Amino acid sequence: MADWLADNTLLLGLALLDGLAYAALVFMVAVGLNLVFGVLRIVNVAHGSLFAIGAYSAASLGLAFASAGLPPWAGYAALVLAAALVGAVLGPLVERLVLRRIYGQEEVLQLLVTFALFMILEDVQKLIWGVQPVSQDLPMKLLGTVDVPFGDDVIPFTIYQLFVLPGVALATLIGLAWFLRRTLTGRVIVAVTTDKEAAMAMGIDAARVTLLTFTFGAALAALGGALASPTTSLVPGIGAQTIVLSFAVVATAGLGQIEGAALTSLLIGLGRSVAVYFAPEFEVVVPYIIMVAVLLVRPQGLFGVLETRRV
Amino acid sequence: MNDAITRRDALLGAAATAGSLLLAGGNARAQARPTELRIGITTFLSGAASVFGVPARQAAELLFEEINKAGGIAGLPVRAYFVDEAPGTDHLVGEYRRLVQNEGVYVVFASISSGSCLACTPLSDEMRKTTLLWDCGTQRIFEEGKHPYAFRTQGYGTPEVLAPLLYLLKHKPDFRTLAVINQDYAWGRDSWELWKAAMDALKPGVRVVAEMFPRFGAPDYSTEVTRLLAARPDVILSTSWGGDLVTLVRQASERRLFERSTFVLPVAEASMQVLGRTMPAGHVIGARGDHWNNHPQPKDPARLAKFVDAYRAKYNEYPIYPCHHMAQAISALQAGLGRAIQAKGGGWPNDLELANAFRGLTFDTPTSSITLREDGQGLEDQIVGLSSFNDRFPFAVPRDMIMFPAAMVSTPVGQKSVDWLKTLKPEMLAQVPAPIAG
Repeated sequence: MADWLADNTLLLGLALLDGLAYAALVFMVAVGLNLVFGVLRIVNVAHGSLFAIGAYSAASLGLAFASAGLPPWAGYAALVLAAALVGAVLGPLVERLVLRRIYGQEEVLQLLVTFALFMILEDVQKLIWGVQPVSQDLPMKLLGTVDVPFGDDVIPFTIYQLFVLPGVALATLIGLAWFLRRTLTGRVIVAVTTDKEAAMAMGIDAARVTLLTFTFGAALAALGGALASPTTSLVPGIGAQTIVLSFAVVATAGLGQIEGAALTSLLIGLGRSVAVYFAPEFEVVVPYIIMVAVLLVRPQGLFGVLETRRV
Repeated sequence: MNDAITRRDALLGAAATAGSLLLAGGNARAQARPTELRIGITTFLSGAASVFGVPARQAAELLFEEINKAGGIAGLPVRAYFVDEAPGTDHLVGEYRRLVQNEGVYVVFASISSGSCLACTPLSDEMRKTTLLWDCGTQRIFEEGKHPYAFRTQGYGTPEVLAPLLYLLKHKPDFRTLAVINQDYAWGRDSWELWKAAMDALKPGVRVVAEMFPRFGAPDYSTEVTRLLAARPDVILSTSWGGDLVTLVRQASERRLFERSTFVLPVAEASMQVLGRTMPAGHVIGARGDHWNNHPQPKDPARLAKFVDAYRAKYNEYPIYPCHHMAQAISALQAGLGRAIQAKGGGWPNDLELANAFRGLTFDTPTSSITLREDGQGLEDQIVGLSSFNDRFPFAVPRDMIMFPAAMVSTPVGQKSVDWLKTLKPEMLAQVPAPIAG
């Protein structure tokens, strides 16, 4: 083992860098889903659609900015603006028109309704953006690459993936933790998450909190998509791919756990990149192996807390 | 019991049933000419593969519109019934039956996915329905069984992999190491098996430094790109397509992987428009056939230009290879039905007569002619070249093109592709035609 480690130290170093970048993207998507579940108690399949629409919108807005002759740096503003727009428009719309009608209903019904919404939004994407891959990689290209030493060689990494994505993910994690624990609105959200009935008895407007939380969660999903858009190609089905992995993260983390989502994303990111280097056949199953391993030991997830059944 | 069936009743019933069946059989033999030509078309209308399926449907709609304006096929207006392959083979099998039994389609065009074709061909046998395999590439269809009602109106996996390999061996004969990064599904795995068998036979001793099969639809290839940068293979093969290929090329290009290794991309053509100038020059690209927009010697240049221009005018983009494959299937139908009607002296052919007309049929495409062999497989030439840019197109097209005759790169009838590829000799390279200027 020691010999193997000595032989592969350099490759493990590269895998660590790759794993960090991948974990950042996974976290950005999963954290919104986790937050929404924590407050609304709904497993929202349509979260993947919000990711996809955020990505498509960011690419379109970026291209529009470029066509309008705005400076290239405006591409970064396009990413944030697109996420905010998608969250602000689709969040309240979905929560008011769809989710509000299924709170407290059977989980099967909730899954079916959000899945139906997912299918509708998939068609909406095709209607607006067509089926050919859409790309806008200016924000990634603009920052260029940095050469990481690798023995006598160097390996170029994009600065966007190596620094920007993990940086935004870290800022999101810290900001979200601060918001939920240090601000009044955040504490109100935590109160509703912990015990909705008690919170309402204390005078908290739970309906407003759920609307706010879902809008925020939708914006986070859209931001995940927007941040991913410069690195990838957007095609029909991208939302479905995302949501499956996000569910694995949320289940492993413990439902409603922000730090758990961060740690799980990191585990999945690192596990996946190590697999790509040393056992590529396992790359696809690594997230699910981690999920099964964690849930066998801690059925409530890494950071989840056991709850007594209320009924 | 009063309503018990007597022996006499049973005999009468049996006689009546037999008579009905005979009459029905007689009707089938003397099939009446329909009032419209109904065609069932299975293609991807949703999901990742809709990048192929929707342009193909658009091509079909464009061509049927033109055909109907010109009087239809065999004097009949064409009516197409499109079915989405995306929900999977179980759904598709039901849809195939519905198309034949409920909609009464005369011909079925199936499919993009190899899995779909493998599900539909046994149905063509069972329902005795002429089925034109218009895009799928698996070699298994005609190598693992006989399908008297199925015909593939384009090439297939073996020539589409062998031609780029032969091109590479001519272009960069000294390569020593290779890595593969294919999508993790049937085509990604099968195409690697075909390539490896042929490469081991034609250039023994090449070291494979990485075999990677990221999941289908993977949104990020950063880790794979890092590994390839570290491994420094002389050649990187990828038979990926659609958004996966676009993402791989973008990420690899940004990180200068194209400067370290020569890429071989047999299915590149469909992604060139989306990639635009991002696609680096000087890498081996294929089109699953010979239908490049800059084909150096098309058989019918006016017809090629008319199709490309009409498609561009209607959909604001160049047609990609699935559009050409769809056009080929329609050309095959026109030629096959014409041949069947002629063989019947002007009468309307039944299903068997129609199928028989396709065996050995040669039909023209804008770029060449395709012959359907006795096993049902079409012989389509393959053009491979190096990615390059010119003033005509805002995206990469091939230069130094080599046109591989279909018979040279296709498995002979009755043999299995992997077995045949293993028998190839390096001397085969001497038969490779010279690159075409232009």
